[in-house]
Amino acid sequence: MSIKEADRILPPTTGDQAPSRERRSVVQPSRIARYEPLVIGTLSVVFVLTVWQLVANARIMPVLFLPGPWDVAKAFVVLFQTGDIWLDIMTSGEELAIGFGMAIVFGLLIGLGMGWYTRFQYAMDPFVNFFYSTPRIVLIPLFIIWFGIDIQSKIAVIFLGALFPIIINTMAGVRNTEAALLRVARSFGASDRLIFQRVVLPGSVPFILTGFRLGVGHALTGVVVGELIAAKHGVGQLIAIAQNTFQTPKMLAAVLLIAGTGMILTTIFQRIENRFQSWRPQIRR
Amino acid sequence: MYDRSAKLSAKGVVIDYWLHRSRTLFTAVQGVDLSVRDGEFVAIVGPSGCGKTTFLNAVDGLIPVSGGSLALDGREITKPGPDRAMVFQQPGLLPWRTVLGNVMFGVEAQRSMGKEEAIARAKQQIELVGLSGFEDAFPLELSGGMQQRVNLARALLTDPEMLLLDEPFAALDAQTREMMQLELLKIWSKTRKTALFITHDIKEAIYLADRVIVFTRRPGRVKTVVDITLSRPRDLRIKRDPQFLTYEDQIWESIQEELAVPAERLIAGVPAA
Repeated sequence: MSIKEADRILPPTTGDQAPSRERRSVVQPSRIARYEPLVIGTLSVVFVLTVWQLVANARIMPVLFLPGPWDVAKAFVVLFQTGDIWLDIMTSGEELAIGFGMAIVFGLLIGLGMGWYTRFQYAMDPFVNFFYSTPRIVLIPLFIIWFGIDIQSKIAVIFLGALFPIIINTMAGVRNTEAALLRVARSFGASDRLIFQRVVLPGSVPFILTGFRLGVGHALTGVVVGELIAAKHGVGQLIAIAQNTFQTPKMLAAVLLIAGTGMILTTIFQRIENRFQSWRPQIRR
Repeated sequence: MYDRSAKLSAKGVVIDYWLHRSRTLFTAVQGVDLSVRDGEFVAIVGPSGCGKTTFLNAVDGLIPVSGGSLALDGREITKPGPDRAMVFQQPGLLPWRTVLGNVMFGVEAQRSMGKEEAIARAKQQIELVGLSGFEDAFPLELSGGMQQRVNLARALLTDPEMLLLDEPFAALDAQTREMMQLELLKIWSKTRKTALFITHDIKEAIYLADRVIVFTRRPGRVKTVVDITLSRPRDLRIKRDPQFLTYEDQIWESIQEELAVPAERLIAGVPAA
C-alpha cells in the first residue's frame, strides 16, 4: 500500500492534542470486537450444553447417573412450582446474609486494625494463620453441638469461612499503601487520622473488595456443606434430600441455584470495584 | 546564636540513621554549615549518595538531626510545618483524586484553609503552573511533566515561607526538564519564595540558583559555595553563556575531586572519622 492510499483510508488524526489513554491498536478496531467477549462466551456455553445433551440423549448411562441439561432445566421449573423451595431459599439466604454480613463487619475492622497497628498484627497473626490454613468446614460438628441444627450453626461456619479472606486482603490493602504517598502526607503535617481516612482507606478499596469476592465463595461453601451435614431447611438440605432419594436432576437444579447466587454476588462486587477504579486508565473493558 | 539575616540556618548539622538489617549507625551528613537568605534560591549539588536529599528531609522535618542545629527564622526545626513545603522527586499524587483534588491535598492536610477558598486558590495555582483545563483529569492520565506541575502547585498552594525541591525534574526527559526549569523560574520570580533545590544536574543548579552549594561525598559536608551572578530573568540561552560555562567547569571539577576519594572511605556503614 502506498502512502497516498493510506492517506485516503485513515481517518483524520486528532492533531496536536495528546491522545487520551484508552486502549490502542494499530489497526482500526472493528465494531464487532466490542461484543467479542460476550459472543465467544455465549457460543462456548452453547457448545458445551449441546455436547452434554447429545451424550445424555445417547442414554449410555441412566438419568440417575447422567441427566441432560434439559432434564435439569425441567427439574428447575418443577422446583419452583412447589412451595417448599421458597422456605429453603429464605433459610439459606438468611444464613448467608447474617453470616456474610458479620464477616464483612468484623473482617474489615480486624483487617484495618492489623494493617494499621503493627503490634495488633503481631498479636493476631498466629490465629489468622491458623484458621486461614484450616478448612473451617471441619468445625461444623462442633458448631452443631454448640448451636444445634438451626441456622445458628450454619451462620457460624459461613462467618468463619468468609472472615479470613476479608481480613487478609484488607490488611494487605492497608500495608500496600505507597510509601511515597505517606511521605507526602507527613510532609504536609497530616494527622494520623487524616492519613488513614484520605490516603490509606481509599487506596485499600480494591483489596477490600477482592476480599469480599473471595469471601463469597467461602460463604457459599459454608451454606451448602453446613446444610448437607445437618439442617431443617435450606438449599443445601434440598441437595442432600435429592441426593438421598436419587433425584439427580433436582440435585443439579439446586446446585444451579447456588452457582447463580455466587455469580450474582461476585458480579456485584466486581461492579462496585470498577466504579471505585474509574480513575484508572482502561486497558480493556 | 543564629545568623539573624538568614531564613534557614544550619550549623554543624549531623544526621545519622540506623540500618536495620546490618545493625549499623549510618552517618549521612556530618557537620553541614550553611545559611539561606530570605528570598534566595539555593541549589545543592553533589555526588550521588552524598546525603543531600537526607539533609533536605531534615529541613522539611521528616527526619530528626542527630547533632548541630537547624533553624528556620530562628526556630529549631523538629517536625514538618506549614512554613515549609516540599516538591518531591516522585510526584506522590493520590491516583483516585483529580488534579484539583490533589492540589488541594496539602492545605487539606494542614487544615489551614476553608474548602471554598481552597478550591478558588487551587484553580489559580493550577493556572499558574500551566494546567488550566486539566482540573478534572486524573494523575494517571497526565504526562510526567504535568504530574510534577501538580506536585509544585500543591506545595505552592500552602503558601510556605520556604520551598523545598528534591530533584523534582530528575525523572523527566531532557526537553521537558528544560521547559520545567524555565517555568519554575517564571513562577519563582512572581512569588520570590526562599527556595532550596536539590539536584545532581550541574547545569540545572547554575541556571536556577543564586548560589550553588557543592556537597562532599558521604558523609556530606559543604565543600564549595559558588555565587551565581548571572542576571535575571534568565532564559534557556544563558546556558551557552561563557560565564555559565565557567561556573559549570568550576563545579564539575569540585565534584570530580570528590569522586576521586580513595575507596576505603566509601564502604557503607563505616562513618568517616
